[in-house]
Amino acid sequence: MKSNKNINQKNSIFKNWLVILVAILFIALPFIINAYWIDVLFFFGIYALLGLSLNIVLGEVGLFDLGHMGFMAIGAYTTAILNTSFGIPIIILLPISAIAAGAFAWLVCSPIIHLKGDYLCIVTIGMGEIVRLTLNNNPFGITGGSNGVFGIDFPSLGSIFVVDNSTKFYYYIWLIVGLTIVGLVNLQRSRIGRAWNCIREDEVAAESTGIDVRSYKLLAFLLGAGLAGVAGNIYATKLMIVSPESFSFMESCMLFCIVLIGGMGSIPGVLIGAAAISLFPEVFRTFAQYRMLIFGVAMVIMMIFRPGGIWPRKRGALKFESLLIKAGEENG
Amino acid sequence: MKIVLEQLLNGLTIGSFYALIALGYSMVYGVMKLINFAHGDLFALGSYLGYTLLVFGSSYATVTFGIWGGMIAAMLIAAIGIGIAGTLIERIAYRPIYSVGRLPAVVSALGASIVIQNGIMVIWGPRPQAYSSQVVPSVMLNIGGIKITLMQIVVLIISFILMGLLFYIVQKTTFGAAIRACALDRSTAALMGINIETIIFFIFALGPALGGMAGVMVGMYYRKISFVMGWNYGLKAFTATILGGIGNIPGAMIGGLLLGVLEMLGSVYISTAYKDVFVFLVLILVLIFRPTGLLGEKIAEKV
Repeated sequence: MKSNKNINQKNSIFKNWLVILVAILFIALPFIINAYWIDVLFFFGIYALLGLSLNIVLGEVGLFDLGHMGFMAIGAYTTAILNTSFGIPIIILLPISAIAAGAFAWLVCSPIIHLKGDYLCIVTIGMGEIVRLTLNNNPFGITGGSNGVFGIDFPSLGSIFVVDNSTKFYYYIWLIVGLTIVGLVNLQRSRIGRAWNCIREDEVAAESTGIDVRSYKLLAFLLGAGLAGVAGNIYATKLMIVSPESFSFMESCMLFCIVLIGGMGSIPGVLIGAAAISLFPEVFRTFAQYRMLIFGVAMVIMMIFRPGGIWPRKRGALKFESLLIKAGEENG
Repeated sequence: MKIVLEQLLNGLTIGSFYALIALGYSMVYGVMKLINFAHGDLFALGSYLGYTLLVFGSSYATVTFGIWGGMIAAMLIAAIGIGIAGTLIERIAYRPIYSVGRLPAVVSALGASIVIQNGIMVIWGPRPQAYSSQVVPSVMLNIGGIKITLMQIVVLIISFILMGLLFYIVQKTTFGAAIRACALDRSTAALMGINIETIIFFIFALGPALGGMAGVMVGMYYRKISFVMGWNYGLKAFTATILGGIGNIPGAMIGGLLLGVLEMLGSVYISTAYKDVFVFLVLILVLIFRPTGLLGEKIAEKV
């Protein structure tokens, strides 16, 4: 028992060091690399945030959502329209876009949440496409059609702290990703996280143990959409323009791949998946037109050799052992 | 009234494309419980294969078989080619990961889809190609005041023959019974002496072959083909599959035709810009009230 405890402690110390090391690396990176790669890493951050948000729906609860870009589009357009038409500062719009995307998710998902597996999948595809097509058709002349909305401000706190260059944007997105990760790790260990995982593993069993399956599923959609809305806000302010083709079905599929390549429900996995999806095309830029071909082949090979993802989640193994140790100590 | 009938015919033509593609999705799903995301791109590949055949082989084929014979020969060759491509994809991308569950296969399928799409782009170039009017005659007919192109009639006849043939194979022959048995319960079917490997092989050859033929017909009908069109048609056909009830073969046919008609009616009576929105809204409404599609049977939850 003693040795077991030591291993556990060593493991967690190693993990803490790893986290600190990665954090330092991320803080130091902008001083080492050039502006182009800072931008690449910014988009890696956006994908990471989107991956984390889809991970709540797909990874934690096991709901197939192939229209996740629709939620991001709602967030991005909320930011763009309210900022350009009414001049509301971006920093206030950050929570507002999250709320807008979440409210939209709650509204459209309430009637369809009872659908199973692939039927839910196609409905979310349909929802995402409806959002994109509607934005493309310029309803009431507010979304600007296929040109989109442009002239969005930089995020700022007063006039002193303005996020206006690549490096600042890099720190901004990774700060938000960091905060999100802290929140999600806590969520995973909470009653809600366990209820979600229970629903994913066996819905009937979950329901019979008193979990309100419908509400928990809706909550997952709501939170996932809210986070995607945040990502949309940051994306809109970085590009200063939003247009419908950024939120295509293909992008939603890429998000799906981020979660599955990384490992369902695993936060480090999602980060690795996001890195794979966003950095791979950049690294292989020298191959020009063969780049996406190689990308597709890599996806297939990846799944053949690691079908569970690169960093699959080990659920609760550590916790259970520490409980045993505690029990052993109590028994003498 | 005339306009309605004309639009209905247009809708049926588009719908028959969707139905032919949807059959591939539905058959694969029925047996494998896998959404074959590469199917739409196989359809596009078929279209390009038909294009090359018609451009380079047209003179020879036309001399030997006549202009229609040449076209049918191109369709058959494209069908065989795409059938082979479909089985190859199954071998390489899906077979190694059947045993580990359904989700890894989704990523693998998306990967295969990206490979085919970009493969087409590398081989035929990123610009859209056009079936020339020399190989595909453009004749406008006027039947009782209703305008219809000759191509439309040909497309409708060929696709209904193909669908009828497939319906016959699946519903009336022993082999079809084996396919249906696999769709119901794969392990029990295997215990009854059905060779699952053979069934899977034929499913992955037959579905894409139909898609490939649809690809050639889309090329002949619209003339313009592009390497990204697989996604659009694939998405619509997949929607049709779900609308009819996934895994259900008559359902896929009806779903496809219905989707085409809905799309046309939507573009006439609502607006062309919102026709797809209309289609997806109908789909969502159908699924809210019939969660397993129009012809899908109620599946008892396994506890």
